[in-house]
Amino acid sequence: MTAVRDTAAAPRLEWRVASVVDVRDETPHTRTLLLDVPHWPGHRAGQHVDVRLVAEDGYQAQRSYSIASAPEDATVALTVERLGDGEVSPYLCDVLRTGDGLELRGPIGGYFVWDFMQRGPLFLAAGGSGIVPLMAMLRHRARASEDVRARVPVRLLYTARTWDDIIYRDELLRFEDDTGVRIAFTLTRSTPMGWHGYHRRVDSAMLQEQIWPAAEVPNAFVCGPTPFVESVANLLVELGHDAARVRTERFGPTG
Amino acid sequence: MADKPFIARGFHSRRAPAPPGRLPPGQYETRDFPVLSAGPTPRTPLARWDFTIRSSNGTSVRWSWDEFQALPRDTPTVDIHCVTKWSKFDTRWEGVSLDTLLAAARAKGITEEPFVTAFCDGGYTTNLALADVTGGQAWVAFGYDGAPLAPEHGGPARLLVPHLYFWKSAKWVRGLQLMERDDPGFWEQLGYHDHGDPWREQRYRGDP
Repeated sequence: MTAVRDTAAAPRLEWRVASVVDVRDETPHTRTLLLDVPHWPGHRAGQHVDVRLVAEDGYQAQRSYSIASAPEDATVALTVERLGDGEVSPYLCDVLRTGDGLELRGPIGGYFVWDFMQRGPLFLAAGGSGIVPLMAMLRHRARASEDVRARVPVRLLYTARTWDDIIYRDELLRFEDDTGVRIAFTLTRSTPMGWHGYHRRVDSAMLQEQIWPAAEVPNAFVCGPTPFVESVANLLVELGHDAARVRTERFGPTG
Repeated sequence: MADKPFIARGFHSRRAPAPPGRLPPGQYETRDFPVLSAGPTPRTPLARWDFTIRSSNGTSVRWSWDEFQALPRDTPTVDIHCVTKWSKFDTRWEGVSLDTLLAAARAKGITEEPFVTAFCDGGYTTNLALADVTGGQAWVAFGYDGAPLAPEHGGPARLLVPHLYFWKSAKWVRGLQLMERDDPGFWEQLGYHDHGDPWREQRYRGDP
């Protein structure tokens, strides 16, 4: 694990009031907020923002959400999973609407990030809403020219409960056709008729089928719930991958 | 840029209020114990584990796992606060106070220096002022809630500095490098605050 010193000048991360320019339901449990953020300093694929909600009585709640949009995109996209017992995610998914303001600051995080400077094939493993920061990486890659893209082959292994729980499904399938992303889905609950993909939790055999051999030194990014991330990261190390090339982001219960 | 907080239309608290004085600004209470780390969980066999305190002139003192277990131990019960916004109250730990370790280092002729950098299996580092890890404020913990500390929570041993955000409580800790000067650690180089006091909400570089 080597940190690259962030030499950029570091003014305070100010709270900014973004405006919601659109909302988009992705799955029954997730919604994307498209935000116009004044003076947005730009971000790197994989970073997140802090969102702050302040009630009339002064009560406040903060949570972190990964950025789903590419650095090149005009708006900042956050995709939020609605957690029934939460208080921020139900607000963002059910109450917030186009035209509202939303206070946030960022971008935050300098380790779980990917760009074309990182040599080697790119292996992404997503559990559920762990796809969000990985989608920023896929979108960033898709925005590049074909020549640049060809230097970085990408494979995605994405586990979801059902076919309808796959966030960004149509866009991912387009990336598969248009930008050469090799995608494997594994569904842990029900599968659609005629399903040819995996139907089990991620295991060593599955990872071995999906990731490049360790000798090709892929960069692995693993994001999802803690048990998924622990399992995948440990298996990758057991398969011979350098722990320093396995970057993880664990989604805790951030209600 | 907002000088005053922006009121979120239609937002209300849906949580029971925390006991007064327990929850730092921007935090919420969780009963779970979330796991956050930047890479795979390292696994060092206890036979190969040791803990070292090194001074900047190169002198050092080292404990094997068995020697470390023979040191006097504390059982602090503390609140912990993660920069990702969760706080957990009344967590019960077992470990050796840094006061004990630093006193043993002094007895071996290692002179104190104003800063320390904790180093860990997996390459993680974090920097702390000596004043933040002395006076009963910090431990090397190997027990949690009556059991050995689990690897994903930093076992076999992690730093425990509960009055600072929890990234300062380095998992898989293997030693302390005493430093003449403050030298930013892993997250501190990546934009997180150098000190990390949750009560002053020092999350990111530039926060007051």
